[in-house]
Amino acid sequence: MNEIWAGIQEAVRLIFTLDADLIGITLRSLEVSLTALVIASALALPLGTWLAIRRFKYRRSAIAVLNALMGLPPVVVGLVVYLLLSRSGPFGVLGLLFTPSAMIIAQVIIITPLIASITHQAMRELWSEYHDLLISLNTSKRQRVAALIWDGRRTLMTAALAGFGRAIGEVGAIMIVGGNIDHVTRVLTTAIALETGKGDFALALGLGFVLIALTLVVNFATHALSRTEREGTW
Amino acid sequence: MSQSIRVHLNSILVKRRGKTVLGPIDLDLKVDGFNVLLGPNGSGKTTFLKVLHGVERASSGVIQWSIPNAQARQAQSYVFQSPIMLRRSVRQNLAYPLQLIGMDKVEISSRVSEWAHKIGLQDALDFPAPRLSGGEKQKLALGRALIRIPDVLFLDEPCANLDGRSTREIEDLLHDATQAGTRIIMTTHDLGQARRLADSVLFLLNGTLHEQGPASNFFAMPRTIEAKAFLNGDIIE
Repeated sequence: MNEIWAGIQEAVRLIFTLDADLIGITLRSLEVSLTALVIASALALPLGTWLAIRRFKYRRSAIAVLNALMGLPPVVVGLVVYLLLSRSGPFGVLGLLFTPSAMIIAQVIIITPLIASITHQAMRELWSEYHDLLISLNTSKRQRVAALIWDGRRTLMTAALAGFGRAIGEVGAIMIVGGNIDHVTRVLTTAIALETGKGDFALALGLGFVLIALTLVVNFATHALSRTEREGTW
Repeated sequence: MSQSIRVHLNSILVKRRGKTVLGPIDLDLKVDGFNVLLGPNGSGKTTFLKVLHGVERASSGVIQWSIPNAQARQAQSYVFQSPIMLRRSVRQNLAYPLQLIGMDKVEISSRVSEWAHKIGLQDALDFPAPRLSGGEKQKLALGRALIRIPDVLFLDEPCANLDGRSTREIEDLLHDATQAGTRIIMTTHDLGQARRLADSVLFLLNGTLHEQGPASNFFAMPRTIEAKAFLNGDIIE
């Protein structure tokens, strides 16, 4: 109990003294996770929508694979990305290992199936509602995807937030491909793991509370901007 | 708009789970004025309408419009029995069909205002369409279908479950549309409405076309026993 109380005090101290390390780590966490989220959303939202409206031979298998990929173990993803980006790997020449870019790549791989799968579920329902209308209006496939994404944007926001939650809280993969290098690839989760290992539970807990607060702020801000509750009944 | 429109159906057959729900139908139809598809529930009216418009595919057979089918589809609109509302405002629902054909914003805005007045929703332009009442939704669906001024309008029981006032308002809109040159093909099992509106009647029973001809002839002298029974209000199987 004392450690939790000390953790809260440490979190308050870190925030109110605008601790330079904390700000650096927090900004890096946001940079990595938000970049991964934007890239993953750009891939997953059209993919999930496309899977909802398109009928093809191996569609069911594709959806099953997508759902299975939601459970990808981050540590394994990290290991594979590490092998691909290491000097002896096929992309070693790019020199991306132990950089924020490598962490973004790993997070994109982890959260894309999650966002695509939630998108597919939501879009499948919307498509069954819109199907006859959009067909009767003689819309092209591109126009159908656009209409579904636009009208389902609030549900898609939830999908994106789920992806963000997974990305910002991820530790295994980014520890492997980022290396937790101070001022380079250290983010909130890897810093928490490090401080816990060192036995500095107060600082680890403090960083944990900052991480939780950050996630809540991003969620509230997104809901406020997208007016989810106000127009939720549309 | 004054050009004659014909549609030719050659051995149209629709099967679902191995069971024939429509056809075989062979028909050469001159689409003119107000055409009503009559028949009891389950006679295949909605399926016929959907296949004719292309929302549903026939299991076999060919439909050929007098203009190329793709061009014909562009000049057609469809109003479903349960109106489908886009999760957008009334204004955006009306604007959507015009945006699809790339109309410029000024023209869209002007048309939307005009049609919002026609359907009596000028004060609800920024209201979410899915939260309208049943009658308002049906009027909006009709306005959205007519805003592109289609050559042919398909209507599937547009006044089902509506009160008398809403029914009258919708019938007035349909009358105006036919005056403007839009041909209408509408399903109904409301004989009173069919008598008020129809120029010609197609009578369907058990998925097959039993009678077709001018409405005055059909109502005065039905040729088949089934049509007579239907007009008498008897139960037909």
